[in-house]
Amino acid sequence: MRYAYYPGCSAESTARDMHQSTLAVARALGIDLVEPKGWTCCGATAGHQTDRLLAVSLPAANLAKVQDMKLDMMVNCAACYSRMKVANHEIAAHSDIRKGVREALDRDYDGSVKVRHLLEVLLEDVGLPAIKRAVKRPLNGLKVACYYGCLLVRPPKILKFDDPENPTSLDRLVTAMGGTSLEWPSKVECCGGGLSLSRTDVVVELTGSIIDMAASVGADCIAVSCPMCQVNLDLRQQDINKQTGKNYQIPIVYITQLLGLCLGIGPGELGFEKLMVPAKRVLEKVNERA
Amino acid sequence: MITIKNKKNGSGLKQAVEEISGVDVSVCFQCKKCSSGCPVAKLTKSRPSEIMRQLHLGAGNELLESDLVWMCASCETCSARCPMGIDVAAVIDALRRLALERGASKQKGNVPLFNRAFLKTVETFGRSYEIGMITAYKIGTGKLMNDTEKFPAMLKKGKIALLPPRGGDRKTVKRIFRKCKESKGAQA
Repeated sequence: MRYAYYPGCSAESTARDMHQSTLAVARALGIDLVEPKGWTCCGATAGHQTDRLLAVSLPAANLAKVQDMKLDMMVNCAACYSRMKVANHEIAAHSDIRKGVREALDRDYDGSVKVRHLLEVLLEDVGLPAIKRAVKRPLNGLKVACYYGCLLVRPPKILKFDDPENPTSLDRLVTAMGGTSLEWPSKVECCGGGLSLSRTDVVVELTGSIIDMAASVGADCIAVSCPMCQVNLDLRQQDINKQTGKNYQIPIVYITQLLGLCLGIGPGELGFEKLMVPAKRVLEKVNERA
Repeated sequence: MITIKNKKNGSGLKQAVEEISGVDVSVCFQCKKCSSGCPVAKLTKSRPSEIMRQLHLGAGNELLESDLVWMCASCETCSARCPMGIDVAAVIDALRRLALERGASKQKGNVPLFNRAFLKTVETFGRSYEIGMITAYKIGTGKLMNDTEKFPAMLKKGKIALLPPRGGDRKTVKRIFRKCKESKGAQA
């Protein structure tokens, strides 16, 4: 199993823990990840809110690099994943866009590089039986609210990732790791995404209702696979508590951090110390000292 | 109730939105699934279904002042759930681009300023650079101290990189930005 791994900009800052744990888990499961040399930003939300050609060309620059590597692209950041797949779709469906991208990149790209999310690689290529066999320290019934957010599942016609209203990829992984995945209604609700700095009030409101819901179903933690969801839910709990007088302390962990623990990897290597809300109960559950 | 002001004043918004988004706004039959699923609609005065109908009825530039235009989080729930397959999120994107082009007034929170600050770091370094972006954004908003209490903890945890990103293919990204600006100029 060999993939061109696109880390995305967050991997070098707010989501270093996601990046670290992705590399550690891949190593443990025999997944070979190669970073495309000179990878650049996908443009994120700011790109598509500003200009359509820019929103397609920025991901395309990376997709073209991966095409030269003759590998599939693997992405862990949900936002990058969505932008890459939308760019592929736009280029393949509209000849004028493809022409614009050719002009912008100074090379042609046809939109054909296969883009896979890490969860797809884990579930389809590695497979749950192999993951179960590799588990050394199970989650021992840890109650996990799996949170998918927006960009793993939308736009559904283009991404074709899982069920867009009730996805179960994360839940199936948690179950395979010996955890209890909780039924709850906020799996694909929005956290406010890129409005974190520009409309903090909106993000506090939206993350507040997601955290409320997770608490009401008795979650020990929320598992995510998107750096924006992680930062918003983790960093904003302080603000939610300040505004509402509540005292939420729900750890927001990357699925790769949970999986890494189960595979016997130490919490330091998985970046657990980087979480704003400490994941003490998670570590205790797998008998790992915080 | 939906009322249309300035009908004569701003004609052409429907056509412009349809050209940019590739959406036919006329097929919307007002089931309001977009508004009921919209996470920010409970906070905004305008709702996605209302915007769709206003466009259909010939609303003009005043629509670019709707609070939803810059409060929309681009979560795309509206598009995913529309029974007519309308890409409502693409309509909002089109309104944002038109608001920028036509100089609609600034709104609370300054999302366009944030987007500019973000994209500027990408244009410069090939990858986004939080400290550069946050500095430019905060100077722009004049609210330097907002949120700064979280900085020390994030820096300590290595969640914010001090130095600008290296290793990205800056040359290609600079070319992309240049060509996109040229192409926009050619359309105008």
